[in-house]
Amino acid sequence: MADYEVPKITGEDGITDVPPVTEDTMKGSGPWISAPKFQEEMHFPSDIEKDEEGNWSLIPNWKEAALEKMDDLRHRYRSLQLFLDICVKCGACTDKCHYFLGTADPKNMPVARQDLLRKVYRRYFTFSGKYFPKLVGATDLTEEVIDDWYNYYHQCSQCRRCSVFCPYGIDTAEISMAAREILNHVGRGQKYCTEIMGKVYKIGNNLGLPEPALADTLEGLEEDIEYDTGVQVKLPLDKKGAEILLITPSADFFAEPHVDGLMGYAKVFHELGLDWTLSSYASEGANFGMFIGSYENMRRISQRIRKAALDLGVKRIVFGECGHAWRVAYSFLNTLAGPFDFLDPKYPVPQHVLEITWPAIQAGKLNIDKSRNDDMTLTFHDSCNIARGSGMGGVEGGQFDIPRNVIKAVCNNYVDMPADTIKDATFCCGGGGGILTDDLMEVRVKGAQPRMEALKHVTDQKGVTHMAAICAICKSQFTKVIPYYGFTMDQIVSVHQLVSNALILTGQVDEDEED
Amino acid sequence: MNALGLIYGVLFWLATLTIVAGIIYKVRIYWKTPAPLKIPTMPAPRTKGGVVLRMFREVAFFHSLFRSDKLLWIFAIMFHYALALVLLRHTRYFTETINSIVLFLQPFGKYAGFIMVLGLALLLARRFIIDRVRYISAPSDFLMLLLLILIGISGLMMKFVSHTDIVTVKSFFISLRTFNIENWTLPADPVLLVHLTSVALLLLVFPISKLMHAPGVFFSPTRNQVDDAREKRHVADWAAELDKQGVDYLSELKK
Ligand code: SF4
Ligand code: SF4
Repeated sequence: MADYEVPKITGEDGITDVPPVTEDTMKGSGPWISAPKFQEEMHFPSDIEKDEEGNWSLIPNWKEAALEKMDDLRHRYRSLQLFLDICVKCGACTDKCHYFLGTADPKNMPVARQDLLRKVYRRYFTFSGKYFPKLVGATDLTEEVIDDWYNYYHQCSQCRRCSVFCPYGIDTAEISMAAREILNHVGRGQKYCTEIMGKVYKIGNNLGLPEPALADTLEGLEEDIEYDTGVQVKLPLDKKGAEILLITPSADFFAEPHVDGLMGYAKVFHELGLDWTLSSYASEGANFGMFIGSYENMRRISQRIRKAALDLGVKRIVFGECGHAWRVAYSFLNTLAGPFDFLDPKYPVPQHVLEITWPAIQAGKLNIDKSRNDDMTLTFHDSCNIARGSGMGGVEGGQFDIPRNVIKAVCNNYVDMPADTIKDATFCCGGGGGILTDDLMEVRVKGAQPRMEALKHVTDQKGVTHMAAICAICKSQFTKVIPYYGFTMDQIVSVHQLVSNALILTGQVDEDEED
Repeated sequence: MNALGLIYGVLFWLATLTIVAGIIYKVRIYWKTPAPLKIPTMPAPRTKGGVVLRMFREVAFFHSLFRSDKLLWIFAIMFHYALALVLLRHTRYFTETINSIVLFLQPFGKYAGFIMVLGLALLLARRFIIDRVRYISAPSDFLMLLLLILIGISGLMMKFVSHTDIVTVKSFFISLRTFNIENWTLPADPVLLVHLTSVALLLLVFPISKLMHAPGVFFSPTRNQVDDAREKRHVADWAAELDKQGVDYLSELKK
């Protein structure tokens, strides 16, 4: 199935053993490089050229540009300046990254990943590095260093697991974003992320799905729901004056199991009598500007949501199931596209769809038949960006409890994976942070190992059959990667898919009851 | 006054000024550099009081470290707590009258030096033994531990092996403070000189080294931010300029 070895999982205790350091196992050229026209659209320098062998050059003055950007960023981001300075090399983070656990390449240890940037920072911007480079491990900026950056900063999913365990909260995600922003400015933009963002600017979503196609898709989903339940549930698009604007990752429009989640939100809204709409202009919850460390592009994408909300005259903004979309929404949207004083102040801006579903379940407003999910035993994968990058429900830890509460309210069989692999210690799916691309398949497969190990454990010992997630990237990554570990793709489900299964709509006639 | 006293007097004044000025300079940078986005590692406290508590747990008990590595946590606690005791006890060499807390701590402080050196030795051993930690260690990481060990051992030797003329040393440090140059006198005791030289070196490198983790941790945005992004708009000055001028890119800003 692959030209590299897929890690072995045992399922014994659900915890991946820490491998011995094995240098250069993941040395390589990194993901595909973004072409000049996409760089331009992002307002990055684009004077790079391809040689006969198809390799892209760096921009002519790459070295000055890189150092200049590094200097600029450390003055605009305290995280970067502080984290580069204060790491004591204690090593507490070294066994915390799923990419290190899955690949054994020491440059995938969080602190070593930071050091790739730190050694250059020290060389050019600190006293000790300028005068005693050998002593403090400082090195000159060379093309090889740029190559290493490009390769290893694209083996970090910016999941922040390392920051939980660092005594100073040093967050390698911040370093990795800064590094990618520097790379953006020397001609090493990443094709996958920049192309996708280009589509958002041009069309409104990552998939490049234009309005008519979107309308068509939604109509198809309405038919599916009516076929299944006999109830007409609407999935409105660009409906002016609706109360709620739903922003959801575009994968929800077509991918499995995402789309079952989308139908779930629609059914919940319908049952609660909420007047809602999607927007074709802002038909994307995902914001890849975060991945590439570009505040400006992240802000530009976020502004589309503000504009859509104003144009449609909605009162509330609600986000669907997506991990980093929710981090950008919960933690950054107010900063990037606020203030939202034109929306109904009774509701947080934005809200998560689970912040609607869970109170509705508690209030008994939804008619739930749990037994409809009896064919499954569920576990829940905490998506890293939700677990460690955002909150939910306005209480500390709500992002762990609310999804679990909802799952338990609609399913009879639920078990958690081992404690070291869930909640704020959760392992990334292996595909976050702009890694979810076919040119990084090996990184994705190996990075999934710790999660697969935990899943195997509960599968073997607790009879788990399905794993639920609330992130489009997790769902896409898992459906693609779990077959490598002996599972099947239909074992991944959306949380609102479970809700949808168990929810009995007013007037529902089940398809099998009809005949 | 003697020559040694003069040399070390100048050295210690220099070192003290360097560490104070250096820390102020660095901390000013941390203070002034904006954190443009809310990035607390979640779940994070929802109030300022909660953040104070979180920071206290980190600084006093190394809470995150406890979660990540129990053995390292024990070594780190041994070293840092013992160091704190030793430092407290050392204030007796800088003041005429000895504070009652210091008197109370005296017996513990005396032996804390052993725990400190043991903790440091274990930390050093870790750097050699664990392949991951060895990989990330630069020469300066080993040297820093060795320097601290040297300080600890020379201190212990004076306490338990060959006593130095502590009365003269105390009067030296008090006169350093009061600038009473006539009394800048030090005994020519090699162990004492090793101790003092290595301490001065430590003070000198503090602001340009990883020792900045001590003041730095308080500025760590992942630990000191309140989880209130939805309730309160948080915008850095440089980013607010984009809003004000209605442009998308910093390069489009008019000065
Ligand atoms: S845990 Fe923090 S301080 Fe320790 S090595 Fe890792 S990043 Fe550095
Ligand atoms: S942020 Fe996640 S992927 Fe990146 S170094 Fe830390 S643990 Fe690894």
